[in-house]
Amino acid sequence: MRKVILPFSVITIGAFSLLPFLWFVLTSWKSPTEITAIPPQLIPTFHWDFYRSALNEYGLLRYIWNSAIVAAATTVISIAIASLGAYALARFHFPWSRYYLMLLLAVSMFPQIAIAGPVWRILSGLGWLNSYHGIVAAYISLALPFSIWVLTTFFKELPYEIEEAALVDGCTRLQALRKVVLPLAAPGLFTAAILVFIHAWNEFFFALIILTDPALQTLPVGIALFPGEYTMPWGEISAASTIATLPLIVLTLLFQRRIVQGLSAGAVKG
Amino acid sequence: MSRRDFPAFRYLFPSLLFVCLFSLYPISESFRLSFYRLILMLPWLGQRFVGWENYHDLLTDSVALRSLVTTLTFVAVTAPVEVILGLCMALVLNVSFRGRGWLRAIVLIPWAIPTVVSSQMWRFIFNDRYGLVNFFLFGDRTDLYIAPLADPSLAPVTIMIADIWKTSSFAALIILAGLQTIPADLYEAASVDGAGSWQRFRHITLPLIKPALLLALLFRTIDALRVFDLVFVMTQGGPADVTNVLQFYGYKKSFGEGMIGYGSAIAVMVFGISLLLSLLYIRLMGTRILEKADQG
Repeated sequence: MRKVILPFSVITIGAFSLLPFLWFVLTSWKSPTEITAIPPQLIPTFHWDFYRSALNEYGLLRYIWNSAIVAAATTVISIAIASLGAYALARFHFPWSRYYLMLLLAVSMFPQIAIAGPVWRILSGLGWLNSYHGIVAAYISLALPFSIWVLTTFFKELPYEIEEAALVDGCTRLQALRKVVLPLAAPGLFTAAILVFIHAWNEFFFALIILTDPALQTLPVGIALFPGEYTMPWGEISAASTIATLPLIVLTLLFQRRIVQGLSAGAVKG
Repeated sequence: MSRRDFPAFRYLFPSLLFVCLFSLYPISESFRLSFYRLILMLPWLGQRFVGWENYHDLLTDSVALRSLVTTLTFVAVTAPVEVILGLCMALVLNVSFRGRGWLRAIVLIPWAIPTVVSSQMWRFIFNDRYGLVNFFLFGDRTDLYIAPLADPSLAPVTIMIADIWKTSSFAALIILAGLQTIPADLYEAASVDGAGSWQRFRHITLPLIKPALLLALLFRTIDALRVFDLVFVMTQGGPADVTNVLQFYGYKKSFGEGMIGYGSAIAVMVFGISLLLSLLYIRLMGTRILEKADQG
C-alpha cells in the first residue's frame, strides 16, 4: 500500500508545484506562431527572440538593475539595523522587550493599504517618491519585524560566555557584537538576509505607489504593467518573468534548508 | 560589567525609528485622515474635518459592501484549503525517502516566485484562446473555449486557485516544522498498542500539530486579507467588481481617484478586520505566541 501511495503523492506534489511555472518558462522559448497556436503547442522549438525583444524593446535590463539595487540595499541595511536590535533583545531582558517583539509581530500583520496613504505622504513630503532611498526606506521598515524576530532567535542560541570573555578582555559592547557575536551568528544572518532579499525582490504594492517613473521601477512593477492593451505580448512577459524568477530559483535550490529553517524560526511573514 | 548597564535603548533605537515613522505613525494617521475629506487632485480644498461621514458613506456604498463580502469569501475559501493542502504536503515531506531534499526545494518554488509573475502565469493559463485550461477541458474544440477571467462566476475562482497554488507550500513548511517536533517513540508506542495508521494520525499527529495548524491558518488568513497583486494583474477587480477585494478597492480610491479620506476609512476597516481575526486566533492558540516572544 505504502509503496503505491508514497510515489504517487510525491509525483502529484512535484507536478502541482512545478508544472504550471514550467509551462510559462517553455512559453518564453516559443516562436510567435507557436504562442498563438490553438490548441497550444506544449513543447517549443527553443527560440530566444522573446528574450532579445524583452531586453531591447521593453528595457528589461533597467528593471533588473533597479530591483537588484533596491533588494540589495534593503537587505544590507535592514540586517545591520536588525542585528543591533536583536542583540539587545536577546542579551538584555527588559520588562518591555516581550512587548516590543509583540509590537513587531503586530506591525508585520498590518495590511499594506492601512499604512500606504500616510507612507506615500511622508515620502512625498521628503521628496523621496521615485527614488531608490524612498523605496528602500519603506522596504526596511517592512523587513525589520521579520529580521529582528529571526535574529533574536539565533542570537539567543549563542553561548554568552564567549562574549563575556571578550568584554572582560576590554572589548566594548559594539566590538563584542561585531567581532564575536556576528561571526558566530553568520548562518543566522545569512538566513535572514536571503529571506529579506527574496521579499524585497518580489514586493509589488509599495513599489507600485512609490515608483511611478518607469526609469526607476522594479521588476514586479515592470512585469505587472507590461504594455499591451489588446494583444498581450505573452512571449516577452514570460521571458521577463523567467528572468525575474531565475535568481530566486537558484537561491531556493542552493539554500532550501536555510530558508525552511528561517521561515519556521521566524514564521512571521510569508 | 554587569548585564544591566548595557545601553540597550541605543541598539533598539534605529529599528524603533523605522517602525514608528513607517508603521505606527502611518496607522494613526490613517485613523485621523478617515475623519477628513482630503482629495489628492484638489489640494486647494485642504483637509476638512467631516466626522463620521466617510464611514457613513462606506456603509451605504454598495461596491464597498460587495468588496467586503468578496474579500471575506476569498479568505474563507483559500486559507483553510491552503492549510489542508499544506498538511498533505507536510505529511509527505515528513516521510524519509530518496529525493526528499529535491521535493522540498520544488515545493518552495511557488513560494519563491514573485506574486506578480505567478499572476501573469495564471492569467496566461486561464487565457481564453491560448490557455492550458481551455486546452485540457476542450482540446481542439475551440468553439467551446471559455474566458474564465472575464466570466463573473469564474473570475473569483481563478484568483483563489492562483493564491492556493502560490502559498500552500508556506503553510506546508510551518506544519512540517510542527510535525518534526513529534517524538518518534510516541508512534512506536501506539503501534505496539495496536493503533492503526489512521488512529495514530487522529490521536497523536493531529493534537500535537494543532498549534502549527492554527499558526499556519493565522498567517494565511492575515495574508489573504491583504490580497492585492493577484487581483491587480489578473482581473483589475473585474469583471463587474466580482474580484474587487478591499485592499484593491482602497488602493483605487486612494491612489486612483485620490480620495485619501475615504480610502483611509477603507484602510481602517481592513485593519480592524485583520486585528479582530488575529486576536481571535491568538486567543485560540492560548499564550503560545507570547511564550515564543519570551523565548525569542
